Amino acid sequence: MAIHDQGYRRYGGHREPHGTAWTVIAMAGLRAVFRRRALLAVLLFAWAPFFVRAVQIYAAANFPQAKFLAPTADTFRQFLQQQGIFVFVVSVFVGAGLIANDRRANALQLYLSKPLTRADYVAGKAAILASLLLFVTWVPALLLLVVQMAFAGNLTFLRDHLYLFPAVTVFAFLEVTMITFAMLALSSLSRNSRFVGIMYTAFLFFSQAIVAVLAVVTGGTSLSWISFSADLTQIGDAIFHLPLHYDMPWPVALLMVLGLMAASCGVLAWRVRGVEVVT
Amino acid sequence: MASDMTEPMSAAPPAPVVRLDGVSVAYGRTWALRDVTVSFEPGAVGLLGPNGAGKSTLIKALLGFVVPAAGRMEVLGLDVTVAPLEIRGRIGYMPEMDAYIPGMNAVTFVAYCGQLAGLPGTDAMQRAHEVLQYVGLGEARYRNVETYSTGMRQRIKLAQALVHDPDLLFLDEPTNGMDPKGRDEMLVLIRDLAHGRGLNLILSSHVLPDVEATCDRVVVLDKGRVAAAGAIDQLRGTGGQVFELRVKGDEQRFVGVLQAEGIECRATDEDVMRVFMPPDGTARTLFALAAREGVQVRHLRPSVPTLEDVFVRALGAGAPGADGPNAGTPEHPSTGH
Repeated sequence: MAIHDQGYRRYGGHREPHGTAWTVIAMAGLRAVFRRRALLAVLLFAWAPFFVRAVQIYAAANFPQAKFLAPTADTFRQFLQQQGIFVFVVSVFVGAGLIANDRRANALQLYLSKPLTRADYVAGKAAILASLLLFVTWVPALLLLVVQMAFAGNLTFLRDHLYLFPAVTVFAFLEVTMITFAMLALSSLSRNSRFVGIMYTAFLFFSQAIVAVLAVVTGGTSLSWISFSADLTQIGDAIFHLPLHYDMPWPVALLMVLGLMAASCGVLAWRVRGVEVVT
Repeated sequence: MASDMTEPMSAAPPAPVVRLDGVSVAYGRTWALRDVTVSFEPGAVGLLGPNGAGKSTLIKALLGFVVPAAGRMEVLGLDVTVAPLEIRGRIGYMPEMDAYIPGMNAVTFVAYCGQLAGLPGTDAMQRAHEVLQYVGLGEARYRNVETYSTGMRQRIKLAQALVHDPDLLFLDEPTNGMDPKGRDEMLVLIRDLAHGRGLNLILSSHVLPDVEATCDRVVVLDKGRVAAAGAIDQLRGTGGQVFELRVKGDEQRFVGVLQAEGIECRATDEDVMRVFMPPDGTARTLFALAAREGVQVRHLRPSVPTLEDVFVRALGAGAPGADGPNAGTPEHPSTGH
């Protein structure tokens, strides 16, 4: 039987309104992530510190000998800081290929020939990485607050630290947004996800190394704004009402982070196109 | 040349599916399209031209991938700059380059494309199965797309363009890299879509037999301009007979004599020339001229006008020796066709 005799039917069913395609991209991306067992293991292992902290809170709430383990605002700040390693791993293994793989397979022209905008495409890709990063930062940090209330049996700690919920939320979202946009921008610059991962790692460690060298040379840390990790640390300290790590005003760090996000958006606007024009 | 060959407007033409009005597109200082004004009528329209003529650029401009420096474009009656999403929801695009979503099997990939085009998940999956069956990938639909051969990838590009049931298909070099059998099957599919299923399509190609086999009308582009446009049958018609001719003697002088008599000649890949007689011209005319000029007619065979004749005349390479016998001649399919 000739192929065309097998039939092609016109479609008269429902069509979703424009503007929802980013959710399709995000869901497909997350499904792809959850099919990778190694990554799933990393995501689950990223919750190990949460359980350690939960035990700490439980012990402090139930055993007078362990009162010294009672949580403070710094506990939550430290928890988010400790999650940095998982944030890095997830960023590299999930984020590096988000756009690079599509560019390698010339998929951008397929995406952008459908009824979705470049912003929809970037939003879908960003949602994949951002949701996973929030899963290892914001979600466990908030759950720790809930665990504290549950184990303490009262709301005293929460009443005394009312700013903690917004602090955790603002810091986690700022960190996740910055990393997501930076990683997507890097990913859009190459067709090779490994190269993107290496670039991101090098960028992170090189800027940290420069800050360390400058600290030795200048005898201070006023030039720490060069490192985006240092900027995030500084902003985190300010948000959690803790003493600042570096000798620089936190608004400078915030400006650097916002600048990085703006630059990333510029790169994405330049690179995410249906056609690559070489003139 | 373009104005000479452009088909005159009929009294009540059907609404064109694509209309371009004075469209110019530049890549840096290079003009890919120059002041293109043309309409694509419903049905199957071939977009012809040699490499670099601006065919792909025209499609990419219609998709909104490149922004024209000047001009206005309409697709399915919608302005490209005003309603790009509505347009893209109603068109299907099969790109020239290899393109797929990494890490997906065929049915997931096509269903995903359907969902991106606005189909609900279950409908998209059902359509994906049907369309993959239609394009001949039913047996291979659970294989990862990255393991597909070139021919299979061409088919899956067609499937993803069809899954949301577009009103208009853009097919950019759909038979690229396919073996003769696969190429024939692809052409059967395209012809079926246009003539059996009522889809409008624009087929961009530099392979003339592909266009001839599938399309009713053509638009010929050359150096970013429209060189000819109209129904293939009308463009092919010369009003007179066509012959294949080989002579022995001073061939160049004889060609000059023929042209002076208003007989158009064109060299071919073989050692014969194609001779386009005026309406009142016959084989007897040729024999008489040959006898008068003292050349021997070694081969004379009636022929029919082809799309290649249209193409070559449109590109201004009709006369032998203008730029060599194959100047502006598009690529022919590989042997075995």
